[in-house]
Amino acid sequence: MIAAALIAILVGMALLLIRAFIGPTLYDRVLAVNSFGTKTVLALGLLGFVMKRPEFLDIALTYALINFISTIAILKFFRYRSFQVPLVRRPGGSSNG
Amino acid sequence: MADLLNQLADIWEVVRFPLGAAFCLAGALLCMVGTVGVLRFPDVYTRLHAASITDTSGAGLVLLGMALIAPGWLVIAKVIAIGLFLFLTSPTACHALANAAHTAGVQPVIGRVGQAQDAEGDA
Amino acid sequence: MAYFLGLVLALAAFWLGMSGHTEPLLLILGAVSVALSCILAYRLDIIDREGAPYVRSFGLLAYYPWLFWEIIKANWVVIKACVKADLDIAPALVKVKTCCRSDLAKVTFANSITLTPGTITVEIDGDKLLVHGLYEQLSQPEAFAEMDRRSALAVDGKEAKA
Repeated sequence: MIAAALIAILVGMALLLIRAFIGPTLYDRVLAVNSFGTKTVLALGLLGFVMKRPEFLDIALTYALINFISTIAILKFFRYRSFQVPLVRRPGGSSNG
Repeated sequence: MADLLNQLADIWEVVRFPLGAAFCLAGALLCMVGTVGVLRFPDVYTRLHAASITDTSGAGLVLLGMALIAPGWLVIAKVIAIGLFLFLTSPTACHALANAAHTAGVQPVIGRVGQAQDAEGDA
Repeated sequence: MAYFLGLVLALAAFWLGMSGHTEPLLLILGAVSVALSCILAYRLDIIDREGAPYVRSFGLLAYYPWLFWEIIKANWVVIKACVKADLDIAPALVKVKTCCRSDLAKVTFANSITLTPGTITVEIDGDKLLVHGLYEQLSQPEAFAEMDRRSALAVDGKEAKA
């Protein structure tokens, strides 16, 4: 049954790849990749339980962090075209990404 | 009293594996529902709503199931840590995406989207 | 100082939960890594309410169960919208005014809105939030009033009523 859950998540990941390929705007693709990363975390955890090696959860935890940071980094790069911009809130109330 | 507690613990040991597996399967199916929503919905903002199903209920149920079938406290601690990270980071990433799309001038679809408009045309 | 102690305790608990070893060498390595993290946090000047929110946040403990129930209710609506044969949604952008004072309360409120499927915070400007909702009739500003009140109470406490 856990294997069935793993297969269901893998099918979901394959479907998300369609959105990542055809997504009309950049943000559709980033959204697909971000959601793909969340599913990867779950799939890694389930794979650990299927293979009776729960140590895989460590990799899943690391992947969750990398996924978040890479999403933020991609969005920051495509907004400012550089990583060298400080992400601080400017006085005056205008927000930032 | 102690006998009753022991019996309950035995029953729990038998029950928790099918229960956890069922939670995992339900969460995985919810992930697929979210993916279907990502494929069907018409624009970025509505697709974010569908993706947040994956992030909240899908991930929550799968992690709950994994915590139920976990062999020890250490594994439960790791599952809780993953859940906490997803709980804290997924809305932040979601807001960053929506904010970036809004700043870049992506116009949202406003108003009723029925079957009259072919919303799956780009899928 | 309370924030510093909270940070140390949280980091130590996290390290123990991740490794699970209790040999002296590994415990010393863990202590060193906790100390390094604390020094880095001190140099970054983030040991304050926002950087180490482990103490004086007991209001959140009462807030999150309520939020979970709201998330479950909202999930059901969006799941139905996803699997329905005919696409039947009415997206809308609404402006919501918040009564939260501190930045942490605003972040809690905006994150709660984003975490609830069907509504996403698109932008925050001062005390006005721009929210994108999946259903126009479900995302009127009145729908967020209770969440706003509860998150302000959870983070800012009683003095938020000023």
